[in-house]
Amino acid sequence: MMTLLEEFRAWLSAALPEWAAYLIAGIVGIFVVLGFVLTLVIVFIWYERRLLGRFQIRLGPNRLGPEGIFQPIATALKILIKEDVVPEKADRVVHWLAPIVVFVPVLMVFAVIPLSQGAILADLNVGVLYLVAVGSVSAVGIYMAGWGSNNKYALIAAMRTVAQIVSYELPVVLSLLGVVLMVGSLSMTKTVEAQVVPFIVMQPLGFLIFFLGALAEMNRCPFDLLEADSEIVAGYHTEYSGMKFAMFYLGEYGHALAYACIITTLFLGGWRGPVLPPFLWFLIKVVAVFSLIVWLRATLPRLRVDQLMAFAWKGLFPMALINIFVVAVEMLWLVDISRWLVVATNIVLAVVLILAWSRLFVLGRGRVEV
Amino acid sequence: MTLKTEPFILNVGPQHPSTHGVFRMRVTLDGEVVVDLEPVIGYLHRGIEKLAESRTYTQIIPLTDRLDYLASMTNNFGYVLAVEKLGGIKVPERAEYLRIIMAELMRISSHLMAVGFFLNDLGAMMTPVLYMWREREKIMDLFEMVCGQRLTYNYMRVGGVSQDIPDEFLPALKRFIDEMPRFIDEYEQLLSQNEILLVRTKGVGVLPRETAINIGASGPVLRASGVKWDIRKADPYSIYDRFDFEVPVGSTGDCYDRYWVRIQEMRQSVRIVAQAVKQLPAGEICVKVKQPLRLPAGEVYGHVEAPKGELGFYLVSDGSIAPYRLHIRPPTLINLTALRDMVIGWKIADLIVIFGSIDVCLGEIDR
Amino acid sequence: MTVSLDCEQVAKRLSQELPGSVVTVEKPAIVIRTERLREVAEFLRGNPDFEFNYLANLTAVDYLDYFEVVYHLVSLTHNYSLVLKVRCYDRVKPTVPSVVDIWRAADFQEREVYDLMGIVFDGHPNLKRLLLWEGFVGHPLRKDYL
Repeated sequence: MMTLLEEFRAWLSAALPEWAAYLIAGIVGIFVVLGFVLTLVIVFIWYERRLLGRFQIRLGPNRLGPEGIFQPIATALKILIKEDVVPEKADRVVHWLAPIVVFVPVLMVFAVIPLSQGAILADLNVGVLYLVAVGSVSAVGIYMAGWGSNNKYALIAAMRTVAQIVSYELPVVLSLLGVVLMVGSLSMTKTVEAQVVPFIVMQPLGFLIFFLGALAEMNRCPFDLLEADSEIVAGYHTEYSGMKFAMFYLGEYGHALAYACIITTLFLGGWRGPVLPPFLWFLIKVVAVFSLIVWLRATLPRLRVDQLMAFAWKGLFPMALINIFVVAVEMLWLVDISRWLVVATNIVLAVVLILAWSRLFVLGRGRVEV
Repeated sequence: MTLKTEPFILNVGPQHPSTHGVFRMRVTLDGEVVVDLEPVIGYLHRGIEKLAESRTYTQIIPLTDRLDYLASMTNNFGYVLAVEKLGGIKVPERAEYLRIIMAELMRISSHLMAVGFFLNDLGAMMTPVLYMWREREKIMDLFEMVCGQRLTYNYMRVGGVSQDIPDEFLPALKRFIDEMPRFIDEYEQLLSQNEILLVRTKGVGVLPRETAINIGASGPVLRASGVKWDIRKADPYSIYDRFDFEVPVGSTGDCYDRYWVRIQEMRQSVRIVAQAVKQLPAGEICVKVKQPLRLPAGEVYGHVEAPKGELGFYLVSDGSIAPYRLHIRPPTLINLTALRDMVIGWKIADLIVIFGSIDVCLGEIDR
Repeated sequence: MTVSLDCEQVAKRLSQELPGSVVTVEKPAIVIRTERLREVAEFLRGNPDFEFNYLANLTAVDYLDYFEVVYHLVSLTHNYSLVLKVRCYDRVKPTVPSVVDIWRAADFQEREVYDLMGIVFDGHPNLKRLLLWEGFVGHPLRKDYL
């Protein structure tokens, strides 16, 4: 089946040479995705601020435009005209390059996200692999920012980045493998089509692991150690201002949006849903996931760095391994009998594992003798 | 191959989001682990002790507002008590009760700030603070009713208080007393059993009982370490012996205990205020004191249980209209003596949490 | 209620146990001979009759003729309180033995007194200015500092 973009290209190539059609279709597709992402990010910034306001018994920005909807635009304008300060002894090239390295991969993720049936920029047959590969590039950018700023707080954040993102990559990828096993393909479109029953029901444990891992990957509360403002001021972007800071800011929200989209696609059944048009279903699910992220941010304190690592290596990682093993066994024998048997087994598995871990596993108290 | 590492020095503050003012810590770090720490203070030093030597006794009261600016009423209280102790001035009943009400409301307000910002230091993005500010705002409103100020009250006078409470004060206060225990329950529901709060604070920054006494810690820091020492009970000043309240005591002296003691103290303060409102007599609010006030030559040490610990005023008079010497014993400066001991070996994130659990106010440390 | 011990009696006891340590008794305080301060402090802290384990306050007053360092002691066990004083007549380099190793509460307070009053505490492990910056000239709380 052709995606909308391929149909558009076929339509163009009737009148134009093949290379021109390819180029034009590509550029149009990129701009559509870019427009979609940036608009949504701006809306989400406003949405998060308003929602946080609600959680914190205050109003949030509500002056500019109806319900303060223009506030992010004002913020963006303010940031754009601010002076761009670079520390004297910073590594200027790295310092300049870092925001781009953070921001671009976030946009690239959206290329493989199906917004609706056929509404996808590139229906790669290795979509999930692409997600994982591109998604972790921004860690390099964050590390560059921390290293290039010549600031000790930023440096601490940079070291934390490497530790945190590399550690959480493992449980995230392992829990994704569970999904891939069930679909039998790496394509994102196929993943959505395979979800007659959303995978959150089929694999509740996989979903939880992926969600927690994703929180750490996009450094959101309670895993926001990279910019832990109460400890290391603003972490890796302490020395950034103006447009470069805006890139980090957008990148952060873009990341959150990207993960909300990925979770929607992989676990919540993507655009599928009754009555409403598919695109609207997709948006509703993304907003729901994003709201959950904001809720956690408003409620939870932050973990400490060693507890964070312990949580990844002693908690999520073994659970993800067990999960993938069980799913593999199920796919071999159980799934042919009944899909609901798989669901039941997995729910039991999730409950048992979470209870066991919460009983047996204590996060370290963490004093070091010096 | 062995990697060569070396510790590095990080200046936390004086401009840092979690140093509660202009406090600076010169921290030596080995990676994330704190190896050494040296507090550097004095950024807010205004020479209040020297200033006081050229002010009359009444003119010093506004200076005391600016010590621990989160607990101005208590500072007023401590100072006028010391002056009255030296001058042998008897205060009218009604004024005594009003002072107690204000001091205990101030304690609630100060502890609300302390607990809220302690959670902020833990990384709970502003939510607990804003919930606590909701109630602190009500206390500020009450203070505004009695003295027209929301931060530096300058309410108490030698011999009483500056003005009587307005009619709308008592109903508002009663409503506050009725509501507050439920709000404290709400905080506890939100926080006390939170898994992340527990792993971040239990066993972290332990201050053993003996050390706590030896470094002269006071207030919640001392009580969290298991010492049942509250000046309101141990050396009852004003009319504290008339009230029924308990002194919450921690067991291990870790950050969680300090947090817990503050929460419990708020409950006790509400109890005291409720009793004081019930017993509040009518009558004079201030005795006439000859102005400018002259105290007999001599010296006195008056201390009160401020929200942050023992606030002492050492007053030497030579019989003139100004004190010969006024020394203020700042509770948090002395509590900070323990900071280095408590943080060595913990991570930089714990450093912030432990520092937050002491609950400092730089106006008082630097004076 | 904290009992402030009768200075006369404590002084009598001190003279028995550590002869020559008490200079005089000036209510509400006992004036101790400067060089014997540490002995007295250790005695008061260690003796089970007193157990002054808590140094509540330490400060100094400039009386122009001499400096007076004031120690407010509290016993948390017995709920007693007592005021000790030592005097030093040297205005150029007044020196008082440090009690940091007996009550660590004295750490910052001695540094503060050194900073603002210029009294040197002999034996303090880290006697630096506390509130004012290094290089500040003079000691502001002295009466002759204007």
